[in-house]
Amino acid sequence: MTRAVLRALERELLVFARTWRGSAFSAFVQPILFLAAMGLGLGGLVDEGVGAGGQLDYLEFVAPGLLAAHALMATAGEALWGVMGGVKWMGQFSGMVATPMTPGDVYGGLVLSAGVRAGLAAVAFLVVAAVLGGVASLWAPLAVVAAVLLAMVTTAGLAAWSVRRQDDLTFSLIMRLGVIPLFLFSGTFFPVEQLPDVLEPVVVLSPLWHGVEVARDATTGAIDGWTAVHAAVLVALVLVVLPIGMRGFERRLTP
Amino acid sequence: MAWEPSEPSAPEALVQARGLTKRFGSFVAVDGIDFDVRRGEVFGFLGPNGAGKTSTMRMISCVSPPTEGELSVLHLDPRRDGPAIRARIGVVPQEDNLDTELSVWDNFIVYGRYFGLPRTVLRERAEDLLGFARLTDRRDARVDPLSGGMKRRLTIARALINDPELVLLDEPTTGLDPQARHLLWDRLFGLKRRGVTLIITTHYMDEAEQLCDRLVVMDEGRIVDEGSPRQLIARHVTPEVVELRFAEPAEQDDAAGAAAEACERMEVLADRLLLYTHDADATHKALANRAVEPLTELTRRATLEDVFLALTGRTLDE
Amino acid sequence: MNVSAVLDRGRIAPPLDARTRFLRMTERNVVGYVRHWPLLVSGVFEPLLYLLSIGIGVGALVGDVAYAGRTVPYETFVASGMLATAAMNGAVFDTTFNFFIRLKYAKLYDAVLATPLEPRDVALGEVTWALLRGAFYSTAFLVTMALLGMAESWWSLAALPVTVLIGAAFASVGLAGSTFMRSFLDFDFINLAITPMFLFSATFFPLSEYPDGIAWVVRLTPLYQGVALCRALTTGEVELGLLVHVAYLAAMVAVGVAVAGRRIDALLRR
Repeated sequence: MTRAVLRALERELLVFARTWRGSAFSAFVQPILFLAAMGLGLGGLVDEGVGAGGQLDYLEFVAPGLLAAHALMATAGEALWGVMGGVKWMGQFSGMVATPMTPGDVYGGLVLSAGVRAGLAAVAFLVVAAVLGGVASLWAPLAVVAAVLLAMVTTAGLAAWSVRRQDDLTFSLIMRLGVIPLFLFSGTFFPVEQLPDVLEPVVVLSPLWHGVEVARDATTGAIDGWTAVHAAVLVALVLVVLPIGMRGFERRLTP
Repeated sequence: MAWEPSEPSAPEALVQARGLTKRFGSFVAVDGIDFDVRRGEVFGFLGPNGAGKTSTMRMISCVSPPTEGELSVLHLDPRRDGPAIRARIGVVPQEDNLDTELSVWDNFIVYGRYFGLPRTVLRERAEDLLGFARLTDRRDARVDPLSGGMKRRLTIARALINDPELVLLDEPTTGLDPQARHLLWDRLFGLKRRGVTLIITTHYMDEAEQLCDRLVVMDEGRIVDEGSPRQLIARHVTPEVVELRFAEPAEQDDAAGAAAEACERMEVLADRLLLYTHDADATHKALANRAVEPLTELTRRATLEDVFLALTGRTLDE
Repeated sequence: MNVSAVLDRGRIAPPLDARTRFLRMTERNVVGYVRHWPLLVSGVFEPLLYLLSIGIGVGALVGDVAYAGRTVPYETFVASGMLATAAMNGAVFDTTFNFFIRLKYAKLYDAVLATPLEPRDVALGEVTWALLRGAFYSTAFLVTMALLGMAESWWSLAALPVTVLIGAAFASVGLAGSTFMRSFLDFDFINLAITPMFLFSATFFPLSEYPDGIAWVVRLTPLYQGVALCRALTTGEVELGLLVHVAYLAAMVAVGVAVAGRRIDALLRR
């Protein structure tokens, strides 16, 4: 199974290599623009220190938040509409399973390639963030791990949903009522401590929050046991969702 | 002197074209054709893909402006009175363009509203048309999951929501299974009995023969001949055809000379010989006398496919 | 059988008025959205969530911001900006992405044009719907702002027609732009134009945070006109100079309509 998954991954990366220029803006430039606007522009308005210890400047606070958030936002749409396209509208998945490749391999390829693409985007983002002064530690490259894991969780989960659907009517609702709230309230732009007391515990349910915590610990050098816990949560999420997605793909795509 | 479309008289011409031409850049899709469509008849455009049938239909339905020539639909000028004409015709395009964001029922209502019809009238008509299309139990279903045949029936039924005098159908049964085709033909006959004028394009000769009162044969943008199916067959081919198939092309070449003498006219195709004759029995005897031994020997009556072959030298699906 | 009687039975509809025909296209959208009402309602939440997150959440970190010679709470500052950006986003998405999909893939407009409707009715009808929906969202947003104490003046009521003007400006330019698109890849150009404007239009931070040269560029961008107008109205800092912004947006409508009008016909009538 492992070899076939890598072949599926290869296909996804090949498509990406051919078409990356078309999405270069949204994949690479857009998050950097967000960093400039929020980190520098908005950051200029924040006088006091931010974060649990109150010592980060806003740019240092928001940079890892944006890095993690981008991994979520950029993959969500592709996992929902892209999978429906592969199953139904353009049907390339049925071509793939007509070969020795199994539906599970197709699914695995999607999850892995999302991780790779998110990793590349995160590296580019980190370089720019470092140049702008938003990265303070040599542990920063670990933030890329957060991005990769987040992309994989997002793809694994949303693809498992999408493959079971007959139409895309629920997708916009998922984006609006699920993804966007996660994006806005997972410690991306402001510390979760500021949330109303009753909502703070709910944040634990947000994969993005775990990813943000890992990324922020990495870029600020505050690595500790909690960092490993957050990373472990993301890994666990992937492992839990994977069989659900596999079953879904098998049922839908088995010729 | 300006050409005036004829005044209403029997037989009334609902559509008149003189020198009708459509060009896309340097490509000539329709090359100066003339035709009349009379009220109450089923009129057909028969021809292969690319003959210009769809372009002609789009001009008649006032969605594509003619490049040159005169065209009158319902005694109005498509260039000036497009909306008024379209209000009284029904259009069934080659590919379904149903509103996939709406249910079956809403497709009827919304489409009918484009004609400005009041909702009370539309609700009544939609009920009737649901029955006509045999989709009554699907009224709230979304369009996407329906089968190809159902979508086609819905498209045709929808085109009738404004109770049109003239209905244009572009390749109505292409891609449907035989049962669906026959159901559709049945429906179209029903329309004809109600006095609706139908214009159909098709590349199926059985459809043209079954449905059309009169038809024109189109090829490469021009009209090659016109008449009723019977007239066209009588005019261009013999009543009977003997088809010979051989095991190998070399055998076919050898037999060709002898076969040609056994009939009135012969057509040589890549995979068979067509022998046109008034007397198939005589042809069979002549072939036996000349020791022609094909793999298969089939006798059938002549069809519009043979007419097309005689007129253009090609088959309808080449 | 009396053929004429059969045929006459159906002819009870008066000919459609050419001036109001386009409303039939708008009506189709209303029918469609009534079916998918959760989508319509959820659209209200999105700007609201941004308000809570960036406005209040980040606002707690920022405190007050300098504006028009005094200070305003950050949440008021950003809310007024988001009123304008929400109006833009709603209009652009409908007239570019949605329009393109309906045209190329759903072949919806082919069916519509087989009826008495003409290409300009299709365009006008779609834009009208985009504006109606925008007005609905903007009203909800304004009401929320008022309830949260982010609207400081009765001039805020004038912000509603301003959001319709913003929507009209971006809808017409968006529609004109989408007539030039040939495939999905071209959509990244839309993103290319919209995202920088969204981020750098003085929505999230004032012009004073920009280096001088760049501040002038921002002043000239389309979205800034809307942001400046909405902010002035909701904070009550109304002055005659605002008319310049109105004129800019009106000019966008005029240019967009002119270009779209000419191109729509060529696009939909081949």
